[in-house]
Amino acid sequence: MNSISTNSLLDIRDLKVNYLTTDGVVKAVDGVSFKIQPGEVVGLAGESGSGKSTIAHAILRILHPPALITGGQVLFEEMDILKMDELELEQFRWKEISIVFQSAMNALNPVMKIRDQITDVMLHHGMSKSEAGERAIELFDLVGIEPARLDSYPHQLSGGMRQRVVIAIALSLNPPLLILDEPTTALDVVVQKDILEQITLLRQQLGFSILFITHDLSLLVEISTHISIMYAGELVEKAPARELFENPQHPYTLGLINSFPSISGLEQKLSGIPGSPPNLISPPSGCKFHPRCPRVLPICSQIVPVTRQISSNHSLACHLFDE
Amino acid sequence: MGEKTAQPEVLLEIRNLTKHFPVGTFLNTKQVHAVEDVSFTVERGQVVALVGESGSGKTTTIRMIARLIPVTGGNIFFKGQDILKTEPRQATLDYRRQVQMIFQDPFSSLNPVHTIEHHLSRLLVIHKKATGRQQIHERVCELLDTVELKPADTIASRYPHQLSGGQRQRVAIARALAVNPELILADEPISMLDVSIRMGILNLLVQLKEDRGISYVYITHDLASARYFGDKTMVMYAGHIVEGGDREEIMGNPAHPYTQLLLSAVPDPHAGLRTKKAIVTRGDVPSLINPPPGCLFAPRCNRAMDICRQVRAGSTQINPGHLVHCHLYGTGGE
Repeated sequence: MNSISTNSLLDIRDLKVNYLTTDGVVKAVDGVSFKIQPGEVVGLAGESGSGKSTIAHAILRILHPPALITGGQVLFEEMDILKMDELELEQFRWKEISIVFQSAMNALNPVMKIRDQITDVMLHHGMSKSEAGERAIELFDLVGIEPARLDSYPHQLSGGMRQRVVIAIALSLNPPLLILDEPTTALDVVVQKDILEQITLLRQQLGFSILFITHDLSLLVEISTHISIMYAGELVEKAPARELFENPQHPYTLGLINSFPSISGLEQKLSGIPGSPPNLISPPSGCKFHPRCPRVLPICSQIVPVTRQISSNHSLACHLFDE
Repeated sequence: MGEKTAQPEVLLEIRNLTKHFPVGTFLNTKQVHAVEDVSFTVERGQVVALVGESGSGKTTTIRMIARLIPVTGGNIFFKGQDILKTEPRQATLDYRRQVQMIFQDPFSSLNPVHTIEHHLSRLLVIHKKATGRQQIHERVCELLDTVELKPADTIASRYPHQLSGGQRQRVAIARALAVNPELILADEPISMLDVSIRMGILNLLVQLKEDRGISYVYITHDLASARYFGDKTMVMYAGHIVEGGDREEIMGNPAHPYTQLLLSAVPDPHAGLRTKKAIVTRGDVPSLINPPPGCLFAPRCNRAMDICRQVRAGSTQINPGHLVHCHLYGTGGE
């Protein structure tokens, strides 16, 4: 298995994560595979509870019990992250992959100056104090905050600025992959736009790849190169961003796109998706989406659909596309 | 109920509504100008969407209309009656029957130790809408049916924690409907729900508007949903209404630089990539504690003039029903 060579930056194969709760086992991520090539922005979309964030946490091995990775591989430049020990992980995290959490702006320590928080990572990875100090100024320039603000405390900055600080920290060691887990959900739309433009600009300058996690599909279409749609712990459809938006095939993707009204274009009645997301302790049999699916077939409740390529870069798991 | 006239009936009119919250210590009290001089009308059967960023005063405005917090200044006319005069201390039962509210968070707006039936029957009893156990139960089931919670019998005996977010929000809507209100104040009713069930809730509100002629004040930070649900859009910034008018007029022909900025920031895949030039502004909403004179958006506005920093712009009508508060249009000053 290890000999298969890929030129992917990140290659996730059949990843499985369970949460062991008192009510039973929750299959939060159930056999998910996807790749990220250098320079790509891969968007992961889905509703809350679909397993998006769990994947992000699994990639960095920062899941805590009751979460348990029960299978699969996460290959980063052909190293299996799931096989690393604590020491290797410590070297690996932040240097190779860093993450910006949802409402990360609240993750800053309120009693530490921004400067100390931003140099912390760099010092830990062996930079000297003066090097780290210079890099901090550089990073602030990069994310568009005056370096004078380095001596502020978090409460002296606005929400948007704090989010920029966290992005600066994530970029401090120049990692080739940045995971953004709902980075702008807690922010107002004007600030969100600002930050996304900044991220796009930085990506062009520094050339890192992004795994972008959000529930907001319309946002993903604008920012990402590829989009993967998750439902109840499974990847149901995957395609280049424009292709997925203009030519969605999976009934769930279609429903999701029909859940976002637009500020332009013709007005149309949007249906959303009937029902609600399933309980993952006892998920529906067969295709997990079948109880909510408008085009359900008899086979859907019996057999789990396999993922098929319908064109060179568009794949999905749905019985409607069985031969 | 007289003859139906050509002029649509104005159900609610708020005029110069203002709310200041005191902050600071006893000897050094300052005022947060949360809502300043807000005026708009809601016609019968109309949905007025109040949009703006967090902290812009949307929720404070409708909490005043719901009479949940006292008003600092201004008037609320409901069916032509100045209700702050006729019922100054607190709202009468009759007003509360006619004006109901739906809150943002369906996880905290229901009491966890009571069943759904209890939540709904309380209103029926207080407002004397039904008497006797049998009649109350029937009415509760009817309400749950209306909001498409089925089977109603089972749902009625459940506790809030046994329901999903979407189901709970439907219970909240059923509760508002229990007293046959004429106006519903909906405070971000879908923003905390899963993406795929949001449209279901919004469509239910649309249907209630069509079937029962209920009017809404709909609060949202999501302009796309304001366009979907609202007939009229009012844009708030830092406690002021900066622009208001017919939905398509505001979305298609925004006049105020803030509205333009807000619209340019909404992700819109339908419009194609990078067709619109993003408007660049930097800066934050000014402090609402003793705010500066003049237009509060001026520090961020790339078209700000000298007068903008000195005098607040009055309202100018640039198209029928399209009002804007900005010195770029007409002669300003109050």
